[in-house]
Parts: sequence; structure tokens; C-alpha cells
Amino acid sequence: MSSPGRDARDLTPESAAPTDIAPLGRPPEKPAHERTGAEDAALADWEGIEADPDFVSLLKAKAAFVAPATAVFVVYYFALPVGAGWFPKLMETRVWGAVNVAYLFAFSQFLMAWVLAFLYVAVAAGWDKRAAAIIAKFQNKGAE
Amino acid sequence: MIAAAALSAPGDRTALFMFLAFVAATLVITYFSARKSSGASAYFAAGRRITGWQNGLAVAGDYMSAASFLGIAGMIAFNGYDGFMYSVGFLVAYLTVLFVVAEPLRNAGKYTMADVLAYRLKPRPVRAAAALSTLTVSVFYMIAQMVGAGTLVRQLIPGVSYEMAVVGVGVLMVVYVVFGGMLATTWVQIIKAILLMSGSVFLSILVLDKFDFDLGKFFTSLTAITSTGANGEILTRDFLAPGLLFKNPWDQISLGMALVFGTAGLPHILIRFYTVPDAKTARASVVWAMIIIGLFYIMTTFFGFGAASLLGPDYLKAHGGTNMAAPQLAHELGGEVFFAFISAVAFATILAVVAGLTISASTSFAHDFFTNVIHRGKERRPGEEVKVARITAFVVGAAAIGIAILLGPGVNVAFLVGLAFAVAASANLPVIVFSIFWKRFTTTGAVAGLLVGLVSSIALILVSPDFMKTPWFPLKNPAIISIPLGFLGAFLGTFLSREPSAEKLFAELKVRANTGLGAEKAADH
Repeated sequence: MSSPGRDARDLTPESAAPTDIAPLGRPPEKPAHERTGAEDAALADWEGIEADPDFVSLLKAKAAFVAPATAVFVVYYFALPVGAGWFPKLMETRVWGAVNVAYLFAFSQFLMAWVLAFLYVAVAAGWDKRAAAIIAKFQNKGAE
Repeated sequence: MIAAAALSAPGDRTALFMFLAFVAATLVITYFSARKSSGASAYFAAGRRITGWQNGLAVAGDYMSAASFLGIAGMIAFNGYDGFMYSVGFLVAYLTVLFVVAEPLRNAGKYTMADVLAYRLKPRPVRAAAALSTLTVSVFYMIAQMVGAGTLVRQLIPGVSYEMAVVGVGVLMVVYVVFGGMLATTWVQIIKAILLMSGSVFLSILVLDKFDFDLGKFFTSLTAITSTGANGEILTRDFLAPGLLFKNPWDQISLGMALVFGTAGLPHILIRFYTVPDAKTARASVVWAMIIIGLFYIMTTFFGFGAASLLGPDYLKAHGGTNMAAPQLAHELGGEVFFAFISAVAFATILAVVAGLTISASTSFAHDFFTNVIHRGKERRPGEEVKVARITAFVVGAAAIGIAILLGPGVNVAFLVGLAFAVAASANLPVIVFSIFWKRFTTTGAVAGLLVGLVSSIALILVSPDFMKTPWFPLKNPAIISIPLGFLGAFLGTFLSREPSAEKLFAELKVRANTGLGAEKAADH
């Protein structure tokens, strides 16, 4: 019945993927995702990494993309209901046959979402490398 | 019972049997794929092999519930362009997920919202409040699925009333969850997503075929849709023009806020980002999900507007109402077989979503509330937590059945899900965001934010035009007021308290959320 690697006292019905739900029953040890910060404090030199210039610049790089990208999509998205609500005449202007500004603007939201998502993935690949470098640096420090 | 009478043609039995056969086949397929995928030492072993697009399909499957397929199609068929706004909002919402919550959550190695909150704050109060909000959002979401299932079954089995259908479906689902556990939801969702996508593509092609694949002709047909108004007058309206549903512009803004900020607070969507091995795959799966969901919502143009143009609101009103637009269109264009197929896919969707919701809601309650809060993390007797979870599943199911019956079949399920999104955005999003980004955030702030968001959104829904004859609150969706209230509650709660221990642990959370350091440990479990 019980699969290997599964705690004997985990009584969650076995059929769902373990990640779909938190396990039921009390295993002798807390699963990693339930450990609190205090319990994990010894895992690494958290304050040291936080103060590290590489980490600080990584955070800056992330914020430099995420903050403007969020602003862009929020403004672009809410322009749609604002336009539909307060500028119906403009939105009803026909552009191509019966297709009006309202539909094209709504359609452009899909393209906007896809483009921003692709951009994010492209930019974030660089962050992964920098994060891995920071982790490697501190692990070496610990080993010395 | 106009609807049942209208459909009880001789061919109706065929549709019913085909429907049952399709549902059975779907369940068998998912059962065997589930067998194959689970039982491995841990999901993560399989998870590392699962590629970004497979994960994306699972996320998409979770998201494309009855609301997306039945609800949006009906919204557009009855209200034209304003219904299409739901499609847009549901997709753009994923940018909030991608930019703000997915990566920190995955990197910190947490399962649920409660795990994230308990990390720095006092576990007992925040877990209690988080369990309450998870339960509420799940019930709202389930009500929508139940209404959808009820209208579907009523159409398929002549003579069955909506109430009987909802109770039957509800009991079936609760039994399924309480006694049988759940099939591997990941695979249910993957297979369902594929079926739903292929059904939608086929339906869209059939619609376009009616217009000789001429998009210009298709859109031109939408500019004059005739229907009977509330007082029996004949209305001819341009379905591409905004404003058919939302007379008050603030309604659209409020709904948009609920959709765009709510997804990032939905418990069963958040859980999905933990199932991938690293941040890179998490991102890839969000993008794949966005591609699939986006294509699907673009297709709502064809089958939503197509239902308006080819069948018309009056016909749909007499044949199952707002939630049956897509199945009725399939019936008209593809005959009994396609009708049965589309209904079966919709039903399997509902089954999968409800099973997932019931399990996550009842587990959250049993685990976070019962064991962690009441018994301080100790189970008194082995199996007690499972028992509580089952009782909770039963209670949650019963509540959803009761409310679904009270609301009746005429309520659009996309509208109902919009309310669930509003509750999620108001209660959950503020505390997730503050917990990840604000060092000074405290337990009092988290509990205050959760409760203020929860209570204000529900209170405003109850006094809104859809629930009161003379509404005290003018908007259909409470988000525009309740989201700021949720943030304000969290802010004031934090401002009035101090928690140095939580501030001290912020460095740790920040490093973990941004580097993924320590998150790999989760894979051992």
C-alpha cells in the first residue's frame, strides 16, 4: 500500500500526488515546507547573504524589471474597463469591418500578457545564474 | 420545465448514454495514468521528469473550470463584449501570479499560504485565519461548479429537476472524496485540459464553418443580435459594443480588480507552484499555462459570440439558460455525439475541480485548524486528523449544495467564480504580499488582514444588487472596496503591534525567496 519514502503515519489517501495536498496525520518530524524560520535558522548564514553586495544587486535587478513590468500591465489592463466604461463612443469606433476598437483592445491584452511573460522568462534566466553563484560562494565559505 | 421538455426528443437518450460513456472513459484514463504516475517514491522524482508544458497543462486544467467553459460562453452569449472582459481578466491575472507570488512561494519551499505565513509569524493564529479563508474561498468556488453541474445533468436527464441534479451531483462528489480519496489531480487536469482544448478548437471550427471561414462575416453578424427584453420588447443590440451588462463603469473596474488580483490568492492554484522542481520550471509552466489558457480564452470569441449569433439569447434562455450556451451550440452544430462529448468534458472538469477543492479545503481545515491550532500540533489518536478532514469534506459539500440550490440554475457560474476571486483577492493577497515583501509585518497584521478582507468581501456581496432587492452596495463585485480594506486591515494590524522575532527572520525569508537556497530540501519529503 504505502509507497517507499512515505511516512507510515501519513494517512492521506494514497492516490493523489503528494504535492497536491498537505499530508494528513502527524509524522514524527515536521515536513520541510512546514518548518518555521526559527527552526531553519541554522541552515545557512542568512544575514551574511542578505548583506552580500551580489545579493543586494540581484534584488535591485529584479526590482528594476518587476516593478515597471507590473506597473505597465496594471495600467494597460485597467485602461480597458476605463475605456469601456467612460469612453464607449471611442471604443465602438469600427476599425476593420464590424471589428471595433473595444474588441481589438481586448485582444491586444492577450498579446500584452504573452509578451510580458516571455520577457520575464528571458530576463529571469539571468537571475537564476546570479542566485546560483551567490549560493555557491557561501557554500564554499562554509566549507573552508 | 421548459428546458427539459424542449430536449426530451427521442435522440436524448443517445446523448445521455454517450455522456455516461465519455465520463466513464475519462475517469478510467485518469485512473490508470494516476496509477502510473503516483506511488513512485515521491512526486518529485516524476516532477523532475515532467516538462514545463505538462506542468503548464496541469495549471491550465486547474484554472479552466466550469466557470471558464460554461460560464464565459454564457456570459458572452447573453451580454456580448462585457462577457469577453472575463476572458481577458482571467488571463492577465497570470501576470500577477508570475511577477509577484509564484517564485517567492516556490523558492521558499512552501506548500500553502498558511506555510508562508507561519514561517515568520506565530503559527497558530495565522494558520487558523488562513484555514478559515481557504475554506470560504473553496466553498464559493464549489458553489459555482455545483450550479454548472446541476444545469448540465438537468439537460441530459429529462424529468430531473435542478434541485435533484445538484443534490445528486453533490452527493456523488462528496462520496467520491470522502470514501475514495482523490485520483492524482495532476493527471486528471492534464487529460481534461487536452480534451477541453480539442473540444473548443473543434467547436470554434464548426462556428467559423457556418460563416464560410470569413471573419468579417462572423463579426458583422454580431452587430445586430435580436433578443426579447425583460418586459417582452424586442431588442436588437450590437454585441461587440461594451456596456450591455455593466451599466455602471465602476462595476467593470471592480470585477477587473477581483480577477487580476484574485488568482494570486487562490489556494488550489498556489499549491501548483510547489509541484515543480525549480524556479525555472515554475516560470516555464506559468508561461505554458498562459499560452494554453490564452488560446482557450481567445476561442471564447468564437463559441461565446457564436452562440449569440447562431442560436441567440432567446433560444438559449429556453434551452438550459446562461450556463448551457457552449453545450447547446455543440448540439446545434455537431449533433448528439458532440453534445455528449462537450457535456462530458464539462462534467469531468467539474468533478476534477470539486474533488481538488474539497480535498484542499478539508485538509487545510483538519491540518491547519484542528490539529495545529486546537491540539497544538499533536494528534491525540492516530487517524483523528483524517476523520476531521472527512467530516469537513462532508460539511463543505453540504454547504455548497445548499447554497447552489438557493441560487438556482439561472445564475451564471463565471459571475459566481468572480465572487470567489474577490474573496481570495481581498483576504489572501494582502497578507501574502506583505509577508513576502514587508519586514515589519506582524501576526496581528496577518490575522487582521485575513479577517477584514474575508468579512468585508462577503458582507458586500450579501448586500449587493444580486442578493438584495434594494441593495446597500451598488456594485456586483466587491473587490474595489474589499481589496483596499484587506490591505488596510493588514497595515493597521501591523502598525498597532510589534514583533521583533518576525523581523529578525525576514533576512532568511528574503534570501530563500530570491535564491531558492534551502528549498531543495522539500524534495526529500
